[in-house]
Order: sequence, then structure tokens, then C-alpha cells
Amino acid sequence: MPKRFVSIWFRYLLTDREAIRLKSLRELPVAFTEQDHGRMLVMAMNGHAENCGVKPGMAAADARVIAPGIQLFECKAGRNIKLLTGLAEWCLRYTPLVMVDPPDGLLLDVTGCTHLKGGETEFLKDIVNRLRALGYTIRPGMADTIGCAWAVARCAESGLLVPPGGQRNALMPLPPAALRLGVELVIKLRELGFYQVGSFIHLPKSVLKRRFGGNMVLRLYQALGQEAEFLLPLKEPVPYSERVSLLEPIRTREVIETTVYALIDQLCKRLYAEGLGLRSAILTYLRIDGKSGQLTIGTNHPSQRTDHIFKLFALQFDQVAPGLGIEAFILDAAKTEPASDKQNLLWNGKPTADSEEIAELLDNVGARVGKDHIHRYLPQEHHWPERAAGNTTDLTQTPESAWPEDRIRPVQLLEPPEPIEAMALTPDYAPRQFVYRHERHIIVTADGPERISHEWWLEDGGYRDYYVAEDEEGMRYWLFGTPNDLPGQTRRWFIHGYFP
Amino acid sequence: MTMSATKQELIDKLRRDLLGWEGFRPLPPEERQSFGLGPIENAFPNQMFPTGALHEFISTRPEFTAAIGGFIAGIMQTLLEKGGVCVWVSYTRRIYPPALKRFGVDPDRIIFIDVVREKDVLWVTEEALKCSGIAAVICETRLLSLLESRRLQLAIEQSQVTGFILRKDVRQLNNTACTARWTVKPLRSKPRPGMPGVGHPRWQVELLKVRNGQPGSWTLEWKNNAFLHPQKDQVQQPDINRRYA
Repeated sequence: MPKRFVSIWFRYLLTDREAIRLKSLRELPVAFTEQDHGRMLVMAMNGHAENCGVKPGMAAADARVIAPGIQLFECKAGRNIKLLTGLAEWCLRYTPLVMVDPPDGLLLDVTGCTHLKGGETEFLKDIVNRLRALGYTIRPGMADTIGCAWAVARCAESGLLVPPGGQRNALMPLPPAALRLGVELVIKLRELGFYQVGSFIHLPKSVLKRRFGGNMVLRLYQALGQEAEFLLPLKEPVPYSERVSLLEPIRTREVIETTVYALIDQLCKRLYAEGLGLRSAILTYLRIDGKSGQLTIGTNHPSQRTDHIFKLFALQFDQVAPGLGIEAFILDAAKTEPASDKQNLLWNGKPTADSEEIAELLDNVGARVGKDHIHRYLPQEHHWPERAAGNTTDLTQTPESAWPEDRIRPVQLLEPPEPIEAMALTPDYAPRQFVYRHERHIIVTADGPERISHEWWLEDGGYRDYYVAEDEEGMRYWLFGTPNDLPGQTRRWFIHGYFP
Repeated sequence: MTMSATKQELIDKLRRDLLGWEGFRPLPPEERQSFGLGPIENAFPNQMFPTGALHEFISTRPEFTAAIGGFIAGIMQTLLEKGGVCVWVSYTRRIYPPALKRFGVDPDRIIFIDVVREKDVLWVTEEALKCSGIAAVICETRLLSLLESRRLQLAIEQSQVTGFILRKDVRQLNNTACTARWTVKPLRSKPRPGMPGVGHPRWQVELLKVRNGQPGSWTLEWKNNAFLHPQKDQVQQPDINRRYA
């Protein structure tokens, strides 16, 4: 599917925001200034100020002269990123893939989203109208590539919607600055007489690279769609998240426990109201010295029980290093599931509450010893003893085939089999005695052989002749001998298990 | 005469109460489960195998461990009849799940928890014993102190789960709070009629210690998915006059 991107340019981001807050500023020239070597320089202004001739980089005193009545505000660093992040979250209503594009734009991956508003034109109109209703002046551009969308949003006179495959035509009349190039390069291009992209777009790649550097070629080809460019989406907000900010930083275990319990309780109440249960959660704590830490839990079944989830976190409280104090906790429900269908799947014939109890037990155990150490075994259609039981960590899975009953298998299995010194009087017969760990066992009676071949479609190897052997004292062993039917082969013996 | 009769009644009643306080509650007949252990069940108070209690099995050799595994699986079969799951906790496990089918236990109904550190075994066991939805907990461990066994016993008194402690490689026996202490050793099997080779599993089951019961030693065989006592004459009757605390 061809990609479609929208670039939104907030032309007067900071001043628009200020005008939303203070309605009186709408009809006045407004500018933001920043300190630079002891002078106040204009770094952003609104349309009225622009019409008066105020430009970025102008001294604040000059701006006051040419635009009488101009309102000057000091700009805090990083304010534009904060605003853009907020707007990016707002834009999640259009597409889940939104990226902040500093200093004054947003990028949206709208592939497959535009039909929801009735087409691409309507989609762009909707964005413009709704943001205008909020108070922002924007220019959007839509194209197949990020670069092209960015270019038309900022530089095109018309044709903000570039049809699929139309990047080259759309870029031709635009100035070189549309390619997201550095200021020095733009000046250099202008000095050389390249006023439009179209005047150098046809030059060979090698020439462009030699004259203007690799970055320029990359930007041009990204805009044309011949080089890949990716969008890094904003962190998707977790739908179920609770946070608590503390007036005083806390340090002691008791207070941390009380706070976390209250936090979990809040989340559980929300989940309960919506019929959801928690499958995994992340607790982040923010310390006053700016550091943070995380605890993660997972459950075996959707749970909304505060006590249970708290217990899982409590097992990990030893890892919390409060330092000078913790000032905030954030609890994110990383994964939720509908909790209505109680664990009927867990082994039929048992009341539901019990199964839930078992799932909670396994959560606790898994949190302490690790989930990988909890096993269940399901029958597998394999003869080879080591493969007859398939390991699963899924607690709801049911066997696909019945457990074989026709073969007698030892209760204790040695893995791997251990070599023994055995003596058989006749070939193809059970040994008469064997020595294992310096102990001699005289075999009185034996069953066998049961020949089990290697499953050649899985692994190479010979067969094993298994014998059930009972010694004088009544101990029963599972012994096997390796193949001996080829010339030069001698049979080696192994003990593989103990029978009850 | 009447005095002595009332005294006797009082003493009987006190004995029954004492049993109850120690955790042996006589179950109504419809709730009683027979484990097919026959005379062994008579060695216990109320003539029934105590569920919701802690049983300790002593093993000194891997052969004995296998026999104990079979014996426990045979008991588990009855415990699992009512549904539920078993938890098998160990840190060096050699049990081969498919073999349990021979003892009537579906191996997929057992949850094996293989901990890495030995000291986690008892922690996991205690957590599992607190969970009343579980039919039985089997714990393979080497060490079990009196204190630890009491913790497990306290957990059981709340939940009424049956616990089996399989103690491997025991060098020295110590006092524990377990209800019963067993050993199971394999015995020479009797050949099946008209068949050569190894017969049905046969064990010498010894009850070394049992609270308020009579210790004893019995020969037991596993045949056709049930315990079987071979001929009566081979069974060593427990010494009724000796009482162990």
C-alpha cells in the first residue's frame, strides 16, 4: 500500500497559544523574544507583527519601533516541544502514528485513514477546520513522502494535496529551502542562482553530492521517495494509567506500600467498572533527584483484585531504591483483557474460584522464581523418551492426544542417560549384571528388548534396546544398549531410569 | 459403677476432642474417600488416610525415590478424582511425567515448579499449601527443619490441602511436625501368572511415625490402577500395643 503522510505546519505556534489564553491578543502584534548575548531578540511572532515587518532575529527594541503596541513575551526553552507534544496527542484521533516535528510541525502517517473522513481533501479540511476552531493557524500538506508533505506545507502557494506519485512535479516550483536544508546550504544555492528545486532536480546524483554534500542528496531523494524515511511515532498513551504526585517525598517502606496500594486500588476500580482485568502492569517511581525506576508484573489471568496485584508488586519492593525520596508514582496497565470470562479453561470440573486462586498462586510463584520455571507437560506423538512429553508454560492448553498407556515408563528418568558397565551373556539379551556408581547389581529378571529408534526425520542416530531389569534386592531399572548389529560395533550400556 | 462409666465416657470424649484439635476431623461417611490402602488406613486415627495433612517420605536412594513417586501418584489418583490440580515443587527433578499415567494420574494436571535455589522450594511449597484450590502439593527437598514443617502444617490447617514432602538423600532424621513419616522401598516383584519378566510394582511400605496412630509395615502392590495387598499371610500386622507419640 503506498504510504501517505500529512505534515502540519503551525505557522504561529507560540503566539497562537498565547492568543488562545488571552483573547485580547488576537488583534495585536505579538512576538516572543529570547535572550541572546545580553540582547533581546525576536524569535517568533504572529501575523500582525509580520505584516508590520517584524522578522525573527530582529532586536526587540527595533520591533517596538516598527510595530507600535507590540506585545512582547519571553519564551521559555522547550515550550514549543511541549505544545507540539500536546497537539500530537490531540492528533491521535486522526491516526495512531503521529510524530513531533520540531520546531513547529507535526507529521502524521495517514496511510489508510483518509477514507474515514470521506477522502483526502475532506481529511485535510477537517484537520484545518478543527485546529482553526482551537485557535491555531496551520498549513497542512499531504504527499507520498514525508519530505514532500513537509515541503508543500511550508513553501507551496497552492496544491497542498500532492496526488500519489506527484512528488517531482510538486517539488519543481518550490524554493530549495523546502528540502529541509541547512541555512548555509540554502544561501549557497541561492547565490548560485538555484531559486527553484526544478533547476537542479535533474542534475546527476554524483554532481549534486560533490557540490552540495551527501545530506542534500539524501533530503532530495527522500522527498522524491527514492530514499526511505521513517516516522518515529510518539509514545502511544496507555489507556489505563494512574498516577499520584506526593506533596512530600516519601522514603519508608510503609508509606510506599500505602501509596502504591491506593494507586492500585484506583486502577482496579476503573478496570472493574469497565469489565477489564490486568494482565501486566508497570509501576514507575520518580525520585526527587530526577532518577526513576520501574517494577513490572504479569498475571496469568485478567485480575482486578487490588490485594493480588499489590502482593505481586510487594514481592519486588526490595528493589525500590527511594534515595532521597520518591515524589510520584505512575501505574500503567500495559496489557488488559476482558475479565468477564472467568478461567473456565483451566481444567474442567473445578469451580471457577479455585482456578482463579491457582492462577494467582502461579503469579506469586512466577514473580519470585521466574515464570520460565513453571512447567506443564502435554503428550507428544513421539516414541523417543526424551521427546514424549512436550513442555508448555501455557496453563490453559489441553492435550491434543491421550497419554500413551501401553508402554511402561520409569518414574525417575536420568537425563542424560548414564553409562554403566554391564555384562550380557548372549547378544540381544538383557545383561546379567551391571555396575553403576561402584555398586554391583545382579539382575534376576528382565523384560525386553523394546527397541526405540531415533526419529530420523528429526535427528540422526541409531536405535536403543531398552530392558526393564530387576535386581536381587527388587530394585527396578530401565537399561538400554546401543546398536551392535554392524561389524565392529560393540554394545554400550546405559541406565536411563528407575521404576517404582 | 455409674461413676466409672461416666468417667470412661468423659475420657473417650476428651480423646475424640483431642483428635479434633490436632486436625483429625471425622468426616461424614459420604465424604470419606477410600484410597484403597486397606489395612494401612486402619493405622491412622478414625481409620482413614488423613488428607489435609503433611506426609513426609524418607528416601536414601534414587530407587526409593522412584518407588515413593509411584506410591504418591497412586494416592494422588484418588485426590484428583474430585478435580483440581497438583503442584510438584522441586529443585532437582527427575520425575518423568508420562510414567504417572500408569498410576492413574494425567500428567498434564500437574504443575511442575522447578526452582533454581534450594531455599525457594519451601517458600513455594508454603504458598501452594495456602491455596485451597489445589488437590495436593508434592515437595522434593533435602532439608526440613521442625520450624519449617510447622509453618507448612499451619498453612495446611487453613487450607486443608494434602502435602507430601519427599525428602531425598536424608543423612540424619530430625523431628518434624508432619502427621506421618513413611518409607517406601521396592520389593522383588511376583511374576505374572504364565508370564516371564518383571511383574507389577511391589513395595514395602513402612509407616515409621504416625500421630495418634499405629506405625507398621506392609507389602503393597500396584495392579490394574489400584493398590493391592498380596496374600494376607505376607502382611505383617502392626503391633497394636505399641504406641508412638
